[in-house]
Amino acid sequence: MTTTDAPPAGPPPAGKRRIGDAVFAGLARGSGYLILLILAGVAAFLIIQAWPSLSANTVSFLGSREWEANTRENPAFGVAALAFGTVLAAAIALVIATPVAIGVALFIVYYADSRLASPLGYLVDLLAAIPSVVYGLWGIGFLAPQLVPVYEALTRYLGWIPLFAGPASNSARTMLTAGIVLAVMILPIITAMSRDVFKQVPQGHREAALAMGATRWEMIRLAVLPFGKSGVVGGAMLGLGRALGETMAVAMILSPALVISFALLKSGNQTIAAHIALQYPEATGYGVSALIAAGLVLFAITLAVNMSARYVVARGSKESR
Amino acid sequence: MSTTIRQSPEPDTDPLEARHGSLPRRFPLALLASCAAVVAGVLLAFSAFGALPWVLLTAASFTVILVTASARVEGHRHAADRLVTALVYGCFLLALAPLVSVLWTVIDNGLDRFDPYFLSVSMNGVLPSMDAGGAYHAIVGTLAITGMATLISVPIGLMCAVYLVEYAQGRIKRAITFFVDVMTGIPSIVAGLFIVALWIMLFGPGRTNGAAAALSLAVLMIPVVVRSSEEMLQLVSRDLREASYALGVPKWRTITKVVLPTSAAGLTTGIMLAIARVIGETAPLVLTAGSSAVSINWDLFDGQMMSLPVFIYSQVRMGGAVNYERAWAAALTLILIVMLLFFLARVIKYLFAPNR
Repeated sequence: MTTTDAPPAGPPPAGKRRIGDAVFAGLARGSGYLILLILAGVAAFLIIQAWPSLSANTVSFLGSREWEANTRENPAFGVAALAFGTVLAAAIALVIATPVAIGVALFIVYYADSRLASPLGYLVDLLAAIPSVVYGLWGIGFLAPQLVPVYEALTRYLGWIPLFAGPASNSARTMLTAGIVLAVMILPIITAMSRDVFKQVPQGHREAALAMGATRWEMIRLAVLPFGKSGVVGGAMLGLGRALGETMAVAMILSPALVISFALLKSGNQTIAAHIALQYPEATGYGVSALIAAGLVLFAITLAVNMSARYVVARGSKESR
Repeated sequence: MSTTIRQSPEPDTDPLEARHGSLPRRFPLALLASCAAVVAGVLLAFSAFGALPWVLLTAASFTVILVTASARVEGHRHAADRLVTALVYGCFLLALAPLVSVLWTVIDNGLDRFDPYFLSVSMNGVLPSMDAGGAYHAIVGTLAITGMATLISVPIGLMCAVYLVEYAQGRIKRAITFFVDVMTGIPSIVAGLFIVALWIMLFGPGRTNGAAAALSLAVLMIPVVVRSSEEMLQLVSRDLREASYALGVPKWRTITKVVLPTSAAGLTTGIMLAIARVIGETAPLVLTAGSSAVSINWDLFDGQMMSLPVFIYSQVRMGGAVNYERAWAAALTLILIVMLLFFLARVIKYLFAPNR
């Protein structure tokens, strides 16, 4: 009587029924392997199509800032400025979104009435349902005009900090605006991951803290935050991955220039994804291949970020068991 | 008897707590109301009333007064607790602000042009600056491309989930699960570039069409379907499967006749959420289906196709006032479709919840 605990236990094979089983299992296995194949295919096709322009490139691809790729010979293009802009926009978004997301997750799990917790969480999830192109439209049509006076005040009073160096753009189509919109877009994913891990804090830990006379904040600081650290870090990294690859909102908001600048209130800077979307319709000659090369860099960056995020989350949930 | 009973400390003289009282229960609420009233009065007196300064100044003064009062009456530990409580509530309201703002601006601006005419005509023969034209061709494209993407990704995603739950074991299961997770993080523009690269190799440059767009959306959709379906299949109890096996039903019949029907509602919910996720994707469609089509095209295999998200984007790029009106109206249409999918998914989940 030890046969019952062998997962996943199939029925005993019986004659002609094996054919159906074999076909179905084959289909299922094929679909599973197809996922791995697609992921490998993404990398392979991008490399193959990027190769012609990379081998013809006359300047350093990773170190150069110019983008003269729409020619039939001697293209000169590099991703230095684009990669810088991508990381800068994502970093702004992360700095803004992570603390707010932790606050929202704590609110939903420990502060809100428990009957309200699930509808409130649903409201935050709705933020993720709004398409990025609508965020872009909102950013350029509503948010940016509102931010112009704010940026002017920022550069007047805090202009001595290089980040806020003036003169501020008079359309507010700048890195900081793009970063704020990206922060809104990645807020739901960081909130969702943090909320999940905060819910799993063992009741014993929390009640032990409360029994010692801890206030609610002390309970959170002593029991919840140390336990939830890996979930929050993993969620923030997943959010980072999304912010790095986000295209439309950035493409619509920034007025692009291929410069490397920390001045968040001036126009200029550009991200890889937005550059591809803007340049692709006009690409000729080596243009498409060069854009695919830029996409390959983006793919590599997001792949690395996402894989380490999943690793952090998986390790965290293993430790907590 | 025992004459040396030690004086036990009185219950209420804990050295840390005894010196402190506590604020009345209703104090925060009353303070918030009075702060809001005073700030409104001051702003009106300087005739500088605005929603944003009012909310910000009320929140700031409320927090400062509450924490100061708590520090004097209740001690610094409770003051810290009050401060964090105020911050956490503030974070939540801050997170809701963009949701309300986006929905409000889209509805407010979109209603100007959102009428049967806008939904029923294309941009064929309409110059960008003319006060005419609509988004019918974009709605057609969105439905065709998203429908095709769904037809591709649902069978693959579902079968992959079946494989993960019912068949796979050990290292290969962990690997596929891991890479499905990683795949959900592929930037949408990279999915578009992947299909562009594939199409260049198969058909030569510049030959992308609606089918290419559908494939690029499928790359984004498959991992979402796998994730949600996997969760749903795991909820089906082992007893059901074993009862079926005990009757001599083969494994594949058990899966198709017992496991899948049992979790049908959950699977449908997951698929609808996946559709809602990809229906608003723009970047891969700009690369594959093009951004300049103006006429109605139902044929996925012939030429450029417009879609609602790309319509919004291309109108914004044109930049005139009437273009922005069209963009807002198209955004309203798109949001209505997405919200409809979301609420349908919610309703299905609620109606068929097993333990209702």
